[in-house]
Amino acid sequence: MDTSGVEMTILAKVWTWFADPVHWSGSDGIPVRLQEHLHLSIESVAIGAVIALPIGIALGHYGRFGNVAINISNVGRALPSFAILVIAFQVFGLGDLPIVIALVALAVPPMVTNSYVAMREVDPDVRDAARGMGYRELAQLMRIELPLAVPLIMAGIRLSAVQVVATATLGALIAGGGFGRYIIDGLAQQDYTKLVAGAILVAALALATELSLSIVERMLVPQGIRLLRQPLFGGQHVQANPGRI
Amino acid sequence: MVDRVFLDYVDPWVNWDWLSTHVPLVVAALEQHLELTAIAVGGGLAISLPLALLAHRWPRFRLPLLTAAGIFYTIPSIALFALLIPYTGLGGTTAEIPLIGYNVLILVRNILVGLDAVPPEVRDAADGMGYRPTARLLRIELPLALPAIFAGLRVATVSTIGIVTITAVIGLGGLGQLMLEGLIENFHTPLVVATVLSVVLAFVADIGLAGAQRVAVPWTRAESR
Repeated sequence: MDTSGVEMTILAKVWTWFADPVHWSGSDGIPVRLQEHLHLSIESVAIGAVIALPIGIALGHYGRFGNVAINISNVGRALPSFAILVIAFQVFGLGDLPIVIALVALAVPPMVTNSYVAMREVDPDVRDAARGMGYRELAQLMRIELPLAVPLIMAGIRLSAVQVVATATLGALIAGGGFGRYIIDGLAQQDYTKLVAGAILVAALALATELSLSIVERMLVPQGIRLLRQPLFGGQHVQANPGRI
Repeated sequence: MVDRVFLDYVDPWVNWDWLSTHVPLVVAALEQHLELTAIAVGGGLAISLPLALLAHRWPRFRLPLLTAAGIFYTIPSIALFALLIPYTGLGGTTAEIPLIGYNVLILVRNILVGLDAVPPEVRDAADGMGYRPTARLLRIELPLALPAIFAGLRVATVSTIGIVTITAVIGLGGLGQLMLEGLIENFHTPLVVATVLSVVLAFVADIGLAGAQRVAVPWTRAESR
């Protein structure tokens, strides 16, 4: 089997596909698909964060219901994202709504678990010192505990965001937009050029999300507690990380 | 809106008549799901164990290994399937390469965490008893790392069971195939049955591995629950 021949032709075709101005304009063009993909993802992560972070931070601050906070992400991992998406579609019908609902459901568990763990990881001595210096509870939470917890909280947001960007691709299966359209349409039309081009775009977007949020995460680490060098990819994760999709 | 009310009325979440006549179909899907998962976790362990041991012996290899595995892990499975289809076609190879690759990251990370957690006194004691570095690694450090390795296996297995459903878009999927059928035919039963079964499968696998850990690592019984 001459695989090198296949390789050349596919990659060359994908190159021409990207070079073709037709694919950079119109409703099926890359800019529109990117905008759809980002819109869905950012909206879902933002809604998820508004729901998840207060819960995780409050549970962690009071040290209550730890099992719930940890187990929610285990349950989230066991429930396939594909199933959540299809169920949301069958309950809510066509459109962006079922996709956003499914993506929010996916985004919440890792953020709850990570923000809970982040708050629990704050050194008890630091809490005591803050109390001893006369901080009230709210000031202690906002000015001492949260800044120390921010890197891990951010790690949870990053985990959720990467997973949401990945699952938003599957939204194309239920007639959603975004880069997934190229993959699903490419499969349906047996158009391998479009398929591979879509795959490259999805992979690039996921990597860009991970990389940019990792950089934000590093910048948010308070100077006093900067740690050793960690790999930019697949770095600090809480053990209860969500399933990959 | 009228449409949906009508559909909901005629299509209950579980149509028991359909289910009773389609048991072989469901069982076949479950078997394919188990097979895809077992190969992905087994293959991931077979690749990650030597890589992690190498990275532990030669720390310089560690950052490049974790970075490469991390980059692979970040790429969504559907994109990897799509990239592989022109080369490996629709089928098992295309499904397993991404699944195995994801498990390599999860397992390498956990094996390294386990090896790092071996107390220095234990290493010193082994050295003092005359263990050479490789023997010390295989006979002292690796057994002590087993709890972390089992934790990695549990995460890998549960998440693999979820991702296998996505291989439905390349013609496999196990239970995911039933979900896709439910989607295409707008018929709830296969979707609900497949979702429930995949969640049950994940929990059973997790509990099974926890049990295996209790047998393999009896000295942690007191702490782990």
